[in-house]
Amino acid sequence: MNFTMVAYIIGWILQIEAAFMLLPTIVGFCYGETEHAAVYIITALVSFALGLVIKLKKPKTRDLYTREGFATVAIGWIAMSAVGAVPFTATGDIPNYIDALFESVSGFTTTGGSILPNVETLSHANLFWRSFSHWIGGMGVFVFIMAIFPIMGGYSINLMRAESTGPAVGKLVPRVQKTAKILYAIYLGLTVIGCIVFMICGMSFFDAATTIFGTVGTGGYGIKADSITSYSASVQWAITIFMILSGINYSVYFCLLRRQFKDAFSISEVKWYLGIILVSTAIITWNIHGFYSSVGESARHAAFQVSSIITTTGFSTADFDLWPSLSKTILVILMFCGACSGSTGGGMKISRWLIMGKTIFKELSTMVHPRQVKKIHMDGHVVEHETVRATNVYLASYFFIMLLSLLLISIDNFDFTTNFTGVVAMLNNIGPGLGLVGPTGNFAGFSSFSKIVLIFDMLAGRLELFPMLIILKPACWKKY
Amino acid sequence: MNIIIVGCGKVGHTLVEQLGGEQHDIVVVDLNPDKVHSITDELDAQGIVGNGVSYQTLQEAGIDRADLLIAVTASDEQNLLCCCIARQAGHCKTIARVRNPLYNEEISFLRDKLGLDLIINPELLTANEIARIFQFPSAVKIDTFSKGRLELIHFRVTKECLLNGLKLMNLKEVLGFNVLIPLVTRGDEVIIPRGDFSFEEGDVASVATTAKTASMFFRKIGFTSGRTRTAMLVGGGTISYYLAKRLLSAGINTKIIEIDDKVCSELSEKLPEATIICGDGTDERLLLQEGLESADGFVALTGLDEENILLALLARKLSNTKAVSKINRINFNSLLGDIKLDTTIFPRLLTANLILRYARSMNDSLGSNVENLYRLEDGKAEALEFYVKEPSGVTDTPLMQLSSKLKKDINICSITRGNQIIFPTGQDEIKVGDYVVIVMKHCGMTDIKDILK
Repeated sequence: MNFTMVAYIIGWILQIEAAFMLLPTIVGFCYGETEHAAVYIITALVSFALGLVIKLKKPKTRDLYTREGFATVAIGWIAMSAVGAVPFTATGDIPNYIDALFESVSGFTTTGGSILPNVETLSHANLFWRSFSHWIGGMGVFVFIMAIFPIMGGYSINLMRAESTGPAVGKLVPRVQKTAKILYAIYLGLTVIGCIVFMICGMSFFDAATTIFGTVGTGGYGIKADSITSYSASVQWAITIFMILSGINYSVYFCLLRRQFKDAFSISEVKWYLGIILVSTAIITWNIHGFYSSVGESARHAAFQVSSIITTTGFSTADFDLWPSLSKTILVILMFCGACSGSTGGGMKISRWLIMGKTIFKELSTMVHPRQVKKIHMDGHVVEHETVRATNVYLASYFFIMLLSLLLISIDNFDFTTNFTGVVAMLNNIGPGLGLVGPTGNFAGFSSFSKIVLIFDMLAGRLELFPMLIILKPACWKKY
Repeated sequence: MNIIIVGCGKVGHTLVEQLGGEQHDIVVVDLNPDKVHSITDELDAQGIVGNGVSYQTLQEAGIDRADLLIAVTASDEQNLLCCCIARQAGHCKTIARVRNPLYNEEISFLRDKLGLDLIINPELLTANEIARIFQFPSAVKIDTFSKGRLELIHFRVTKECLLNGLKLMNLKEVLGFNVLIPLVTRGDEVIIPRGDFSFEEGDVASVATTAKTASMFFRKIGFTSGRTRTAMLVGGGTISYYLAKRLLSAGINTKIIEIDDKVCSELSEKLPEATIICGDGTDERLLLQEGLESADGFVALTGLDEENILLALLARKLSNTKAVSKINRINFNSLLGDIKLDTTIFPRLLTANLILRYARSMNDSLGSNVENLYRLEDGKAEALEFYVKEPSGVTDTPLMQLSSKLKKDINICSITRGNQIIFPTGQDEIKVGDYVVIVMKHCGMTDIKDILK
């Protein structure tokens, strides 16, 4: 393990975060919250200085192999969240540090599950920082560093692999730095367009900005106690569309920008994703039509909730906990489904389900013809055995973590629906579950221990399990 | 530039390493997924698993945007075909590796008719490099510039050598004439020596001279070895064949030791003047019997790197010969320096260097051209030859005034103007139309203006 190099990169993370913290400082000053602005600027300065001190020791070699890559990303995210939680406590809005950490991790991992009963009591600076952490975490802070500073050469692909989503992370263009730049350009483009569209639909600038951060990052922190419910229908439709766009594999946008339209529309994962959204929306609309005055309203709520859950955003316009059982079940299944790989969304990812589904068919086929040689294909390419194996192991680890977390948080003695959907919502970075943690509820009731378990789940879910698991393995920390 | 490399073998890997370091966008193509992944995991390149001959695979690799395609798969035919298809599919320059001696005879026909830009034969390249060293057995390595008129000769400072313990500024007094030593390698370190630098035993010094001065210089500093008259080659592969042909035509008595009698009879058909011995080249008695002790040159060219290293060490121990060993695969450069091998030749690096030079010259700006490029000491330094096409900040200024504006660790070795070679002093200046040779510890320059701060 190349400790000095790992530390060096963590130093970078802290400094970048310090730079990001200047934005809530500005927001604080704009709204006359001088004390809160001061907290942010002090935290930023301390974080910057800390990064500087850590970076003093220059690494001898810049080699960063797979395990260093995974461990760096995991530690980097923990460090980033720990620093990001400080202002919440220091401003006094969230006095307990564990609660603040939960809120901060939930922000960076784009989960969006809160421990606050009423977010409207928070200052503008804190609200902005909460939402902005979604934007930072959505595409990933390591990808951001790679886009701007070429600090690691060829090995940086190991960091990108650990932070990006999906079973087989590839590059759009030959160079990591260019790939990272393209990803952030698309991300920024979506953000700016979304913000303008929201404002046209009638949101104020502050509301539009914070909401679009939560939307493109597929986070889900609202700045109102009732999330998106009180906004107009047009705003809700606009958010629905941008949530769906954010859950699409970014290589689609890349192909569109390169005018390779045929390639852009031939990705089977994206077709499945859009198909699932359409079918689920249709069923739920039919299922809940008695609850609302018109079909249009039912369709709007159904589409909003479906896209919010499948992209793992977690905004809500209706308390779906009150919906019929069929609708709730569909939403819970969508929680497991997740968005497309290579997007900012969390969850298991549709491509993994496709690979696993195809593996099942392959296995059945081999039972019929025991000597058959069959490869799994996707979009005209053979899926390598390595990817299939990694997907299977992912699924196994996923359920182990889920069951263990479920066991640990059931000590708090809440009902099964709350516990189960709570863990699922955390592990898939969605936010709201059902029961006490439903759209109108929050996670405040859990004990500190349960919150730490859930914090681990959120990080594991965002980093796709293995980076968080590898740092628990003692051999990872040995020099030899 | 966008570069596609087809074939992820030894040369492919080296190329990605070196071209990637010069900020090119590289896509590698190979049929073997393991080989592709070993490159993309370690280096900043995109990998595509597929057959580089297929139009579709090339499309996927972005042939329509590529500036250069390099085909270095194991098969000559695949390389040629790949380049032909690439020519038709895109607008890129193409480089193919072709190693079969049969095709080598037709290389210019192939290049012109198939529209290739460069055909590389690593074996021929290696043989030429070895033959060049035999012209100056005291040298470890020789790099040539200005169409062979200027040489950068790297040699090891021995105990008896006059340079041992000498300060660079006293060199002129001792020799009686002026030579330029722009670079010294000590262990792993590369040094651009200044006046107060003093030489030590074991240093590899590089001297920039013309061939005529070189022999005078080496006689003066105490290297007595004269012309090579006899050479012994162990292993009868393609390199041996090319090398023997060169050596024989230079009038050197050449002996090839090869274990396979079929190969032996083939060689004897093709090389009637050479002495072909059928026997085990690792047999010490056989080597002695065939007169290793009195051979001027010894080249270990078997298929095994380890064997070649041991053979060269053995030859050095038993005789005073100039021993050369070819190393294909292993890459323990730091170790090879320690065991005091005389000269080691890496065909992989020779090939990569040639391609790199071509890529660099493609990348040229308008002001100057990269004519020659040698990577020294595993890429820690470079010797570059520029052709100056246009006036710029470096032209028409006396070097004395220029020196304060130069980057650190840069040495302007020579200026070739017409037929005249100038070893510049402070009063000389670079003019348009000159060929300028520069040795430096910076890498990746494409224009002579880059030497300025």
